[in-house]
Amino acid sequence: MFDTFIDFMTGVSKYAIPFILLSIPLFGVIKKVKVYESFTDGAKEGFQTAIRIIPFLVAMLVAIGVFRASGAMDYLVDLASPITRLIGMPGEVLPMAIMRPLSGGGANGVMTEIINTHGADSLYGRMVSIMQGSTETTFYVLAVYFGSVAIKKTRHALPVGLIADAVGLVTAVLVARLMFG
Amino acid sequence: MINLVWFLLLAVGIIVGAVTGNIDAVTDAAINNARTAVDISLGLIGVMALWLGIMKIAEDSGLIKFIARALRFIMIPLFPDVPADHPAMGAMIMNMAANVLGLGNAATPLGLKAMQELQDLNPHKDTASNAMVTFLAINTSSVTLIPASVIAIRVAAGSANPTEIIGPTIVATIASTIAAIIAVKLLQKLPVFQIKPEKVEEIVNE
Repeated sequence: MFDTFIDFMTGVSKYAIPFILLSIPLFGVIKKVKVYESFTDGAKEGFQTAIRIIPFLVAMLVAIGVFRASGAMDYLVDLASPITRLIGMPGEVLPMAIMRPLSGGGANGVMTEIINTHGADSLYGRMVSIMQGSTETTFYVLAVYFGSVAIKKTRHALPVGLIADAVGLVTAVLVARLMFG
Repeated sequence: MINLVWFLLLAVGIIVGAVTGNIDAVTDAAINNARTAVDISLGLIGVMALWLGIMKIAEDSGLIKFIARALRFIMIPLFPDVPADHPAMGAMIMNMAANVLGLGNAATPLGLKAMQELQDLNPHKDTASNAMVTFLAINTSSVTLIPASVIAIRVAAGSANPTEIIGPTIVATIASTIAAIIAVKLLQKLPVFQIKPEKVEEIVNE
């Protein structure tokens, strides 16, 4: 049953983009839309949007890059691990929890390292796999999405994103312990 | 809050780097990441153009309105400030669908299209609206059903059952999405996060 679901979803993912690229213009033709003119009209916004993101992404990636390169992460792990151990998060996977909202590539690196050290089918290996799949790179998403419309005052967006990350990461730890512990 | 977090990342990084002798790495990271940011942004131009073009056809043909209307029972409670058949609703639905299917390449351009539509409705152009923050909360909590890249890494590491993490991942992602929605609805009421009008006449209007 589970395998069928995976096969089905893989098939959906594989054909989704060609399907959309066919069906939307087809629907347009049926509705007598001048599809080529509409497409180019919409597409010309692409350049502006991409350019608008640059300052926001530079600000975010530079700050995160500096933080990562300095080795401050190790101190943060030492500082936070007594607290996170209370909720069942082992010190070994804490770097993953800290890295996940900051940097997608960084989290990928941490995950690969933990999987290579402890094994993909170890408890830690499974924990970090679930962590990586169940949350997003909050800082990156905020920079790109708000940047694209030049929003500077983000209000409660960052705290909300971090709360969601924390809940997702802790749930990942708990579910991993429950299923594989 | 974002100002403080940004400053702390930089300041702590530079001070720790200087104390631990990693200052060269810190300098390299600053320069290289600035370049990476531009590479990522420029790399978006092509897919952005593609998806914005397709979205424009979907909009002109009335498809976006149709999708928005079909799913309004979910969308209206989540985004009460957005009119039910506004193009923003359709774009947000398309973005979430792309995320669920794991179509990362399509999800970002569709999400940015949704942000533009939400910005049209936003009276304070430099400040995030409630609808924007809600939309981002759902996006940052991730709703992907099949984490393809994680599975690929597990296969490469010789896992006996690389896909066993799919079920638990869905549980964790649902938990984080629910937490995101609850948090966004609670925090938007807090006085600290209220929109601060810069001009007196705006207060009168509200």
